[in-house]
Amino acid sequence: METVEHLLYTKEHEWINIEDGEATVGISDYAQESLGDITFIELPSVGDEVEQFGEFVSVESVKAASDVFSPMSGEVIAVNEDLNENPGMINKSPYEKGWIARIKLSDSEEQSNLMTADEYSKFLVSVG
Amino acid sequence: MLTHDQLQKTPLYDEHLALKARMVPFGGWEMPVQYDGIIKEHDHTRQIVSIFDISHMGEFIVDGDCVECGLDAIVTMPLVDLPVGSCRYGCILNEQGGVIDDLIVFRIEERKWFLVVNGATTQKDKAHFQKHLKEGAVFKDVSFQTGKIDIQGPLSFNVLSSFVADVGKLDYYTCDYFDLLGERVLISRTGYTGELGYEIYFPWEKTKDLWQELIGHDSVQPAGLGARDILRIEMGYSLYGHELEENISPLESGLSRFVSFDKDFIGKDVLLKQKKEGLTRRIVGISSENRRAPRQGQRIYLGSGEEIGVVTSGTFSPSLNKGIGFGFVKTQHADSGSPVIFGDNKSKNAAVISSRAFYKDGSLRNKTV
Repeated sequence: METVEHLLYTKEHEWINIEDGEATVGISDYAQESLGDITFIELPSVGDEVEQFGEFVSVESVKAASDVFSPMSGEVIAVNEDLNENPGMINKSPYEKGWIARIKLSDSEEQSNLMTADEYSKFLVSVG
Repeated sequence: MLTHDQLQKTPLYDEHLALKARMVPFGGWEMPVQYDGIIKEHDHTRQIVSIFDISHMGEFIVDGDCVECGLDAIVTMPLVDLPVGSCRYGCILNEQGGVIDDLIVFRIEERKWFLVVNGATTQKDKAHFQKHLKEGAVFKDVSFQTGKIDIQGPLSFNVLSSFVADVGKLDYYTCDYFDLLGERVLISRTGYTGELGYEIYFPWEKTKDLWQELIGHDSVQPAGLGARDILRIEMGYSLYGHELEENISPLESGLSRFVSFDKDFIGKDVLLKQKKEGLTRRIVGISSENRRAPRQGQRIYLGSGEEIGVVTSGTFSPSLNKGIGFGFVKTQHADSGSPVIFGDNKSKNAAVISSRAFYKDGSLRNKTV
């Protein structure tokens, strides 16, 4: 399963790309593969406050509905509107075109609760 | 839930593993839910042609005059006027008029009947038939001798006729015996997808050879139960355990046209009473206003918040590009076009009540000759 080197990951299979107090968030290749074809996403609203590991997005695949949790706390400053019409982009490009939201981070120290790509790869092996 | 070792395996189990299918428990069987992707498999079936492993379904053979041997009184559809070489869909009911199973009956000879029932219900169906068939009937359960491959899609005739030259003589809902790979086998022009298609009943231990031959054809791709579920919901077809249950009557589940009141059958009294007094709930289609799909078990509400029913099946429809599903609602709220809301504690979504026949461009009745 593909991971990207400079991103941080959660145990619930979200990724976050931190740049200067802001961050882009999405779900990992493993998550999209497990969900199967993603058919619907309920995006958060710009201005929503999110908490680390709190629910902030729901996604549906042809098989099931699932929650996506925010890797860190902050305020939603942008969402990927393209996913409303084309949620399958998450399957095709989970780390790039399938990004979900941008967040203005409120506590940069929270990143110590996340895994590096290397740690996440090992975690994936351990969960089978 | 049964463990991996307790689940039944079809004769194509190793083929599915070789194709890297995702296997899931389904009605006591370990079945492929998807190979390459559910939507891709759905689209390939609608546009080209797919094969499905349906070997988990049960098959019975009954020998005898349909009235004298009691078969006619066990099923809801009429059998007396069914021509040899034709198939008919219907239900078997309990004394309370609830659905024990839905099934297709084939008249393969004047006094010989081939019955196809659901995989998960095969044992209870068998017990029901054995209890109610009369002396003179010869009942055989051939489920574990009979593998089954469905070939479905607008090009299914083109593919199958390269193996069975005269299969084009089959019209919709007819069946016959054909020579295929050295075997004399039953093929019916039936299916569960809404596309032109055939169901092939093949010797269990040789089903693998047929699968390999069919999949070797350039146009053919395998499709799993995930695609099959979307295809059947788009067509408005019921699934046992969802729209059909022992506490649901076929009238409530919209199957009135598969129930003949011109003959006697188990459960008829209760159905007549329901007909006379009117139904309190009825199956409807639910058409989502967006891509979010209704899910089994979710509730159906009016705009006022009043709960009027429950969702039985739902999916995202790739053909319609929106969420669709079925549910039971109180009869007074069952009119097509009525706005409703489906959902649960976590989410609510707008929809309208609609016909269950969501997809209307299927090739199932296409002429082949």
